[in-house]
Amino acid sequence: MTHDLTRWSAARLADALGRREISAVEVTQAHLDRTAAVDGAVHSYLHVDTRGALEQAKAVDDARTSGAELHVMAGVPVAVKDVVATQGLPTTCGSRILAGWVPPYDATLVSKLRAAGMPILGKTNMDEFAMGSSTEHSAFGPSRNPWDLDRIPGGSGGGSSSVLASFQAPLAVGTDTGGSIRQPAAVTGTVGTKPTYGGVSRYGLVALASSLDQAGPCGRTVLDTAMLHAVIGGYDPRDSTSIHAPVPAVVRAAQSADVTGLRVGVVRQLTGEGYQPGVQARFDEAVALLVDAGAEVVEVDCPNFAYALAAYYLILPSEASSNLARFDAMRYGLRVLPEGIDDPSAEQVMAATREAGFGAEVKRRIILGTYALSSGYYDAYYGQAQKVRRLIADDFTRAFEAADVLVSPTAPTTAFRIGEKLDDPMAMYLNDVATIPANLAGIPGMSLPSGLADEDGLPTGFQILAPATHDDRLYAVGSALERQLVSRWGGRLLERIPELVPAGGSDDQHAGATMGMAR
Amino acid sequence: MPSLSRDDVAHLAMLARIELTDAELDRMLGELSVILDAVAVVQQAPTEGIEPMSHPLPLVNVTRPDEVRPGLTAAQALSGAPEADQQRFSVPRILTDD
Repeated sequence: MTHDLTRWSAARLADALGRREISAVEVTQAHLDRTAAVDGAVHSYLHVDTRGALEQAKAVDDARTSGAELHVMAGVPVAVKDVVATQGLPTTCGSRILAGWVPPYDATLVSKLRAAGMPILGKTNMDEFAMGSSTEHSAFGPSRNPWDLDRIPGGSGGGSSSVLASFQAPLAVGTDTGGSIRQPAAVTGTVGTKPTYGGVSRYGLVALASSLDQAGPCGRTVLDTAMLHAVIGGYDPRDSTSIHAPVPAVVRAAQSADVTGLRVGVVRQLTGEGYQPGVQARFDEAVALLVDAGAEVVEVDCPNFAYALAAYYLILPSEASSNLARFDAMRYGLRVLPEGIDDPSAEQVMAATREAGFGAEVKRRIILGTYALSSGYYDAYYGQAQKVRRLIADDFTRAFEAADVLVSPTAPTTAFRIGEKLDDPMAMYLNDVATIPANLAGIPGMSLPSGLADEDGLPTGFQILAPATHDDRLYAVGSALERQLVSRWGGRLLERIPELVPAGGSDDQHAGATMGMAR
Repeated sequence: MPSLSRDDVAHLAMLARIELTDAELDRMLGELSVILDAVAVVQQAPTEGIEPMSHPLPLVNVTRPDEVRPGLTAAQALSGAPEADQQRFSVPRILTDD
């Protein structure tokens, strides 16, 4: 067993902290040191909160010394995606229009992390306003995949996936609107869950598409991910779409790993053609391992999934064009005055600010959404997409009559090279083909590592989907598969990741990452 | 389906309050046309008699008790403002001179 605390699972850290074998300050400092050494190469963080994280850790240690009853996760550090509001810490959504913005309040999920005594290490990079599958659309530069620094770590939550795969944090919070937790997990050999819509409060999340957005947990193991899920989940009166029910028993499900007699449905439309051979091969093996663990396999048809990507790229831009209207240069964020106009009007200032503050992908989607919602085209585009959404939800309902969970590869390919798809928006959108249906229907989904593709040696992801509010099934199945795979591999997949070469290890590597962000 | 003109894109950008440059307009026209072609497949789906779905949860008018709770102070609310004056957001002119 290694003594390097950054390699430990969150569950092991929580256990050792509870026994007072290690201190929260020790654990937090180890991760901050790791960040100082490697984040210059990976660029997972937009902002590192050294002082705040250590203060929280010390408070936990002091409370433990005084004999106070603490949350099981107290002292286990966590990284948070930069789309989540953190009081006193910059929150930029990877956009110039919010550079330097410091929220005056915490998102509900952040309040829960603080209440549990989990030190927040920093804010992770993302595609601007969560629009993208690679982090290449971040205004502050892309994050890199720790398996191969020339490749993307997925997106939009590539900061939260790479922070785990580079051992800079044991846990991270992500958000998933069309796959932004699951696809990054798949391409970095990590785990991520999109809970049932309404399972984690959206209060304090900067909205992309309100009917699709869902925050969720990211970890290196299924159990760790469940433990974070239990912390951030639950009813919140401040979010009118929050589910009024207890968090499903996700930790117990992860510990049980029981799939005896469970019907696992392979979605015919999400396999085969269009999937990289190595991705498909690892998927097929994983399904066979679930059978070994006691599950039954059935094939299910979801014929309307053929329209899911198209419906998503109408519904998302439509909602985004409305949500992003709030960036109007009046109350917060950037304000740019148009050149060559004396005494410009508010509308001229808005237009100049949005031109300067938004990146190309954000402008593209806002204008696409404006088109889809405009009179004359509404019925043919947005209206039609909403009907397709119903067809997809109905496909799921039928599929869940034949199966208890559904499975597919998470993404059609392994991580592609940085720059490879940047000039072809449709090629980028195709990354989300297997993850999008769950967001449209509001059901929970998880991705966990299924191995490395033979052709490129890069991680492949296995996706599990469950009916709404049955998030616990994801963890039972995920845990069962993880046990089979780890025993087959003789260790965890991430133990095989190439060693990152620490680049000096001083604080000024973060000068670039935090540039333009006020404290 | 109708093809998009450069003037259409300029009009949409105006509606969305984004002052695109000429180069951006040209690029956007090409990209939007490709994307619109791809998403138009929703029109081929068998949606006869299907009820549109706007949201995963069938919720209507969620309310909570009307209780007084602490909110942001004026200073907190103004803390991110590009410009503030007399405890208010200060904005460019909203009316024309004439």
